Amino acid sequence: MMEPGLYHVLFISTALFFIGVFGFLTRRNLITMLMSIELVLNSVNINFIAFNKYVWPNQLDGLFFSIFVIAIAAAEAAVAIAIIINLYRSHQSIDVENAEDLKF
Amino acid sequence: MSGSTIIFYLLSILTLVSGILSVTTRQIFRAAIFLLFSLIGIAGLYFWMQYEFIAAVQIVVYVGGITVLIIFSIFLTQQAGELLPQQNKKRVLLALLAAFCGFALTLLQIIQHSFNKTSETPILPTMENIGNQMLGIEENGFSLPFEVVSILLLAAMIGCIVIALRSKPTTV
Repeated sequence: MMEPGLYHVLFISTALFFIGVFGFLTRRNLITMLMSIELVLNSVNINFIAFNKYVWPNQLDGLFFSIFVIAIAAAEAAVAIAIIINLYRSHQSIDVENAEDLKF
Repeated sequence: MSGSTIIFYLLSILTLVSGILSVTTRQIFRAAIFLLFSLIGIAGLYFWMQYEFIAAVQIVVYVGGITVLIIFSIFLTQQAGELLPQQNKKRVLLALLAAFCGFALTLLQIIQHSFNKTSETPILPTMENIGNQMLGIEENGFSLPFEVVSILLLAAMIGCIVIALRSKPTTV
């Protein structure tokens, strides 16, 4: 157990990114796929903040990038959930296997 | 081993374990709750790195906003207590292989690379510095991206309403 530094934080963000990728590849439900995407976006944010703190503390760019990523992720989640609810209305299911046609 | 180190390891265990449970559990509501704990762990990591503002944003937007949105959409689209269907073993195995290979490759690159800390004087991420730079129109200001994101949020909001609007029955 060493004193945690940049490499420890990068390890966590890498692990979280690939947990999200694993979830995205295995899940077949649209809402759980959206959750996996949120995990991936969060791991990217951890990376930005860690680099900002440990490598370039003389500027705040990493912090602003994470703020914008969070804002865009919120917009993306809202639009995705609107689409999912609309899909559920027309197909009575949110499984990707059942959503094969582009226009219903 | 100092207290800060212990807190770091506790937070990372919370984040990773609840992240893994969130993508593997077969009950969708539990998946959302584990996602909530994972996001709280990430906010704790931001607090640990002393980026308090981004930690507060994380809690407000992710923990308070997106997770609640996801839980509501689960209630709207899922029969409560119903298990997600079992995935076939081959797909899970291939996904595990892909994720593990990517993880190992990325980690190898990170370990081989050495990051050199800059020697210039650090700027503290205080609220004053963040606010001045966020709305600044000088060289390092983020005024234009801020406005673009505002427009994007407005467009996303209108788009959500239009998409989720229940279409009127066309039979007259």
